[in-house]
Amino acid sequence: MALDSHGKREFKQIGTRVARPDGIDKVTGRALYGADMSAPGMLVGRILRSPHAHARILRIDTSEAEAIPGVKAVVTGADFSIPDDAALADISVNVMARTKALYDGHAVAAVAATSAQAAKAALKAIKVEYEVLPHVTDVDAAMAPDAPVVQKGRSLESVPAGMGANVTHHCEFGHGDLEAGFARADKIVERSFKTAATHQGYIEPHACLATMNGDGRADLWCCTQGQYMVRTVCAGVLGIEASQLRVTASEIGGGFGGKTTVFIEPVALMLAKKSGKPVKIVMTRDEVFKATGPTVSTSIDVKIGMTKAGRITAGAATLRYSGGAFPNTTVDMGAQAAFAAYDLDAVRTVGWNILTNRPKESAYRAPGAPQAIYAVESVVDELCLALNLDPLDVRILNAARKGTKSSYGPTFDDIGLLATLEAAKAHPHYNTPLKPGQSRGVSCGFWFNFGGNTCVSLNINTDGTVGVTEGNPDIGGSRASISLMAAEELGVPYDKVRTIIADTASLGYNDVTDGSRVTFAVGLATIKAARDAIKKMCGRVAKIWGIDEDAVEWRDGAAHPAGPNAGKFPPMTLEEIAAISFETGGPIAGHYEVNADGAGVSFGVHLCDLEVDKETGQTTILRYTVFQDAGKAVHPDYVEGQMQGGAVQGIGWALNEEYIYGADGRLLNAGFLDYRIPVASDLPKIDTQILEIPNPGHPYGVRGVGETGIVPPLAAVSNAVSRAIDVRMHELPMSPPRVLKAIKAARG
Amino acid sequence: MSAITVSTTVNGDAVDFICQPDESLLDALRGRLGLTGAKEGCGTGDCGACSVTVNGRLVCSCLMLAAEAEGAEIGTVEGIAKGNALHPLQQSFLDHAGLQCGVCTPGILVAAKALLDRNPDPTDEEVRYWLAGNLCRCTGYDKIIRAVQSAAAQMRSA
Ligand code: FES
Ligand code: FES
Repeated sequence: MALDSHGKREFKQIGTRVARPDGIDKVTGRALYGADMSAPGMLVGRILRSPHAHARILRIDTSEAEAIPGVKAVVTGADFSIPDDAALADISVNVMARTKALYDGHAVAAVAATSAQAAKAALKAIKVEYEVLPHVTDVDAAMAPDAPVVQKGRSLESVPAGMGANVTHHCEFGHGDLEAGFARADKIVERSFKTAATHQGYIEPHACLATMNGDGRADLWCCTQGQYMVRTVCAGVLGIEASQLRVTASEIGGGFGGKTTVFIEPVALMLAKKSGKPVKIVMTRDEVFKATGPTVSTSIDVKIGMTKAGRITAGAATLRYSGGAFPNTTVDMGAQAAFAAYDLDAVRTVGWNILTNRPKESAYRAPGAPQAIYAVESVVDELCLALNLDPLDVRILNAARKGTKSSYGPTFDDIGLLATLEAAKAHPHYNTPLKPGQSRGVSCGFWFNFGGNTCVSLNINTDGTVGVTEGNPDIGGSRASISLMAAEELGVPYDKVRTIIADTASLGYNDVTDGSRVTFAVGLATIKAARDAIKKMCGRVAKIWGIDEDAVEWRDGAAHPAGPNAGKFPPMTLEEIAAISFETGGPIAGHYEVNADGAGVSFGVHLCDLEVDKETGQTTILRYTVFQDAGKAVHPDYVEGQMQGGAVQGIGWALNEEYIYGADGRLLNAGFLDYRIPVASDLPKIDTQILEIPNPGHPYGVRGVGETGIVPPLAAVSNAVSRAIDVRMHELPMSPPRVLKAIKAARG
Repeated sequence: MSAITVSTTVNGDAVDFICQPDESLLDALRGRLGLTGAKEGCGTGDCGACSVTVNGRLVCSCLMLAAEAEGAEIGTVEGIAKGNALHPLQQSFLDHAGLQCGVCTPGILVAAKALLDRNPDPTDEEVRYWLAGNLCRCTGYDKIIRAVQSAAAQMRSA
């Protein structure tokens, strides 16, 4: 069998742009998403939410609501248990408030009724008595010792004594002698930045359909990035056993990290339990904005020293992140990623997490990294301008490469940063002169990539076709990629393979679809499951031929004698082996289970040309190119799609998107009208160039590609805007009023 | 509130349904008729996921009352293909990877078809402005625009 010689391997199917198996269902409207499922006699579930940013819940009176005709169940925090595990306990309290409402939109009660009208009336009839408390929504204000306390006693041991009560986490990374490094610099720039919280903005709101029988058996259909995670959390919160709850993932209408936790699922199950009927909950967009997502809001200080020649002598950053009203450690990822693109002798990053009266943060594409890298890449750009250096040359000079001790500890193996930077430098985009009024921004991006727990079954059907069963919701074409890898390894045509996504009862545990792990880890497990099936097929053939199993090898979809000594036998194809499998020992299947590591880090570089209307502050993106290392692009269409989609989310973050809170702590823009994500007419083409520097940790060299694309746009756009208006921008988003203010302030 | 009976044509077939006076056309299509192709992304007219045509006009079905559809001809994503024969736009979205998660796709297909029915040879800019009411969070729109233009070219040469 071929070794993992991906460097030289000639692929027959990997890298082709095959049709995706779920495609026709999705262009004809047949595909079933979270809200598209119904059950006979199902009830409508709705959730009542706190209008206050911070309030003690003194009393909830549901009696009037319960008396409304058609209302079948009402639940409050009192109905749910708090699991021992701290992370699960936080999810439980986030799903339904207990003693305090911690942010505007925090769930306080829920109803199930026979009609939407009755459910709505019931929500109005629930009486909640609040004692409104002082609140805080700004990360810097929340860090102050006298700030209103969001939750008491949540600080981890990592937090030194004397910090404010809202500070829950502290971390530090780096190496080398900072002082000596800064002493060697010809120029030092130190700046502070702020980035707004943004929402993942998936177009499909959270939706689920739950049933729970009197015997405790429950079924749940929902849009999620991980059905096993949903099972674990719901079983924990409801105090039922995992085996009693079967979770089926619907087609998913976007997630970007925002569907890696639960919000409504335990509520629907509890309503189903109380009412004895199926209950469907579909969030409104307003609820999605107020109570799900968003990413962290941040405040970051960066200091970098550089020689005249452009070598970075030292880099330091302090990051203050807030993921809302519950503790989290996203700042770890920001602090680790901040300087990952650079080969540095002296680097130090310090991170803090701070509680605010905002919704509980959910992961958002490369969580924590875009903000940190934005701040670092802004300062690098300012140094390039000050020292009159080419921004790509400086990045090439300082680029992390194989053997570099990364700013967060590990030493890099084969990485694609240098190749990516050089591709950008050589690209026509970088070499096209700018017209008057236009400017160009550059930024690097980085993501760690994950592997994780994965389980795949691969069945050889008796007609010679193949079924792959995997456990990760397909968020952007992964079934096609998984089928491609199975087809490649087995040597059968792509269209003989069908990949399906199992419910939690049909396959072992799989981690959620996140961290750009699916094509890497599920792909790896699929290849290994195919090899397991191949081994079994070779065994069957060895028996038929009466030779040793080792004397049979697999090539081009068939078993062959492994050499002249093995004997002369005509090859047996997979189809032939499958057809007689009942006579040779029964059905044939391959399996693989792994907690995968070796995901292989990912780097990207973005180029952005734009112009700024100095009268209105409006920015127009004119040209945009994404360069990214994919290791090996299994399905180039969907690799490009990830690069383009990530870039545009980043552009939205840079220019428009933000959570805006009023003085009363209420979210002012909980809708797509006022929280403006990019639309088609805002954008130019997004050009892409895929680099392929094989990942040593995957049999085909694959690296995850989903996250990195959102990282560089923040600084690429900000650097271009800063150059266009000749004022360094320090805050995201760069909405027209903010840009106008910067221009006016500079004019004096 | 008492229910209202509505007689319409949906994708060429005569259909009667009953609805509440305050029920949106989107809810009636999805909940009463089982046509779940149109999606609710916002319910406030800002995302276009619920796009359908009413007497040939592109509308957000979340903003229209079901009762207003009396006597109207409604077109939804389910009516774009003829049996198993895909419309060139549908095939083009598959060929050009014009979808990732696909939840915006029904609305975008309905909107793009309405554009090409009026203007068979749009510029990229015209496509981008026509589709400005249809949010897609996955693709960055690049492949969507290519898919629409490729379908348009194919339809012009057909
Ligand atoms: S659901 Fe109608 S426009 Fe968004
Ligand atoms: S493909 Fe996911 S929103 Fe457009």
